[in-house]
Amino acid sequence: MCGIAGIIHRGKPGNIGGEITSMLRSLKHRGPDSTGLAVYGIPDNNQCVMRFKVAEQEDVSKGFNIHQEIKDRRKVVNNRLKELGVKILSEDVATEYAFRYTLSYDGDMHHLADYIEDIEGTEIMSLGKALELIKDLGDADVVSDQYGIANFKGSHAIGHTRMATESDVDIRSAHPYWAYPFNDVAVVHNGQLTNYWNWRRNLEHRGHRFMSNCDSELIAVYLADKMDQKIELIDAMHDSLDELDGVFTYVVATSDKLGMAKDYMAAKPMVLHESDDFVALASEEVAIRSIFPHEIDTFDPYEGEVRVWEL
Amino acid sequence: MGTIEKSFDAGLHTEQLRGRTQQTFFSSTEEENFIYPYNGFEVDIDKKTEFDAQDLESSEINLKIRSLMKEGYGHIVVKNPRAKHSIGVGILNRLSLEFEGSLGYFGCGLVDGPNIHISGRVGWSFGENMMAGTIVVEKNAGSTFGAAIRGGDLVCKGDVGSRTGIDMKGGNIIVGGRTGTLSGFMMQRGRMIVLGDAGPNLGDSMYDGTIYIGGKIDSLGVDAVQSEITDLEIKWIERKLSLYGLEAPNGASKLQKIVAGKQLWNYDNLEPSEKKIVL
Repeated sequence: MCGIAGIIHRGKPGNIGGEITSMLRSLKHRGPDSTGLAVYGIPDNNQCVMRFKVAEQEDVSKGFNIHQEIKDRRKVVNNRLKELGVKILSEDVATEYAFRYTLSYDGDMHHLADYIEDIEGTEIMSLGKALELIKDLGDADVVSDQYGIANFKGSHAIGHTRMATESDVDIRSAHPYWAYPFNDVAVVHNGQLTNYWNWRRNLEHRGHRFMSNCDSELIAVYLADKMDQKIELIDAMHDSLDELDGVFTYVVATSDKLGMAKDYMAAKPMVLHESDDFVALASEEVAIRSIFPHEIDTFDPYEGEVRVWEL
Repeated sequence: MGTIEKSFDAGLHTEQLRGRTQQTFFSSTEEENFIYPYNGFEVDIDKKTEFDAQDLESSEINLKIRSLMKEGYGHIVVKNPRAKHSIGVGILNRLSLEFEGSLGYFGCGLVDGPNIHISGRVGWSFGENMMAGTIVVEKNAGSTFGAAIRGGDLVCKGDVGSRTGIDMKGGNIIVGGRTGTLSGFMMQRGRMIVLGDAGPNLGDSMYDGTIYIGGKIDSLGVDAVQSEITDLEIKWIERKLSLYGLEAPNGASKLQKIVAGKQLWNYDNLEPSEKKIVL
C-alpha cells in the first residue's frame, strides 16, 4: 500500500520537519515497515550536505564485529573525502551507522558519490545544497526523533511510509530515493512498476547505479537520466507516464520544485490542498488535515495528471 | 404502455422501472415509503443532537451514532470528522445524519435508509454498497465513489475521481462536476448523471444501466454506446437534479446518454476477453 506526502511553502520557510512528520504519522497504517523523508533546508552556496550510512540497522543487531567495522568504514570515508580535496566542515552522528556531513567541494559530485559508495556497506542517502534525506526502520515518530527532524526549518519536503511488497525491509529499500547523481532531487512512490527490469537494464547500460531491488528507485534514476539529457522535470514526468508500466503515483522534489504524477489507471490515491502560499499532498486527506486546524478544500488529481509547483 | 416499453422510455435499457430503489422522491419524512426489514431503532426525526468527533476514533464515532439512535435521536450532527476513515457505515435505519467537515476512505458504506449530508469532501470508496436513502456531498469525492451501490441517491456536488459507480447494481449517482477514468465500469443497473466531463473508457464493459454526461467524454469503453434520450428521461432527470439544487449546464435534453451495446456479454463461442479484441 505505502503512504506518500509532500509540502511546499511558496514564500517564507516553515517548520517542514514537524509538518511532514505529522503527515507521515497519520499515514502509518499505510506502511509500518519503514519511514523516510527528504527535507529541503535553507541552502548555503558555500557548502553542501551529505547524508550517508555505512551499515544497515539489521547489520548492527546481528554482526559480531560490526561496531568496529562501522568505525573503520567511517574512517575510510573521511580519508577518501580528504583524498578528493573535500573539506569537511562538520560531522554529525545521527545513529551509530548514519551520519550527516557538511562539505566544501567544487569538484565532480558524480565521482565523489561513486568513490564513497565504493566503500563496503556505504550508501549516500543524499548529497546537495538543500536536500537532507533521512530514512530508517520504524514509524514517523521513531525516525524523526532519532534524526532530530521535528523542528527542521525549510521550504519543502516529501515523505513516505512503506509497506514492503516488492523488496526487503531495510534502509536500502526505504524511500525517498535520491536521484543519483543529481544534487537535491528525491522521489517517493506508491505503486508497482511492471517493466522494472526492462528499464533497469536499459538505465544500467547507460551508466546509472542501483542500490536496491526496489522498483521505486527506478523512478528516481529514470528522472535523473532524463534530466541528464537536459529534459525539463515536468516533461520527464510526462514521459514517465507513457514509458513506465504499472500502477503508480509518485512525488518528486528538486531544490526549487515539488511535483506529482499519477498513472493513466489512477489506481493509487492522491489528495491535494493548494493555496497561493502553501501546497500539501498525500495519499490520504487525513494526513493533510493533521497540519490544518481549520476546514480546507481538497481534491484528487486525475488519471495521467502531472503537476509541478515552484517555490 | 407496457413495462418493457416504459423502461426503455425511462432510459433503462432493459431495467424495469419499479421497486423502491427507483423512487423519485426519497425522504426520511415519507414514512409510507419505508419498510425496514431489520430490527432497527425507533427514532424521532425531530429529536436532534450533536457531538464532536475531533478526539474520537472511527469505531467510537460509529458506536456513538448507534447509541444515539438507540436513545431515539433521529437527527444527529457530527462535528469535526477530520477525514477519518470508515465513518457513518452500516446504518440500517431511518436517520437524518449530518457531518460538518470531511470524511476519509470508505465513508457511509453499507447504509440502508438514512439521509446523510456531508459539508466537506469524501475520500475513496464512499457510499460503497449503499442500499437505500440519500447521501449528499457538498464538495469533491475520491475514486470508486458509489462502488456497487444497489439503491438510493448518492450525490456529489463537486468533482469525483476515477471508477465512479464501478459495478453499480441500482440506484442513482449524481455528480455536479467531472468524473475520472473507467466510470461506470461493469455497471449492471441504475443511473449515473455527471454534469461535467467524463474521463477515458466511460462505461467500459457495462452490462446495463444508463449514464448521462453533460460535458465532454474523453472516450467510451468497450461495448459502451451512445443512445437517444427520451422525454420521460428528461423529465425524470430535471426532477431528480432539482431535488439537490443542481442543473444540467445546457439543459437535461442536451445530456449525452450512454448505454451498453450488449455485444460483449452475450453467450456465444467467444470469451469476454476475446470479444474485447473483436469489438
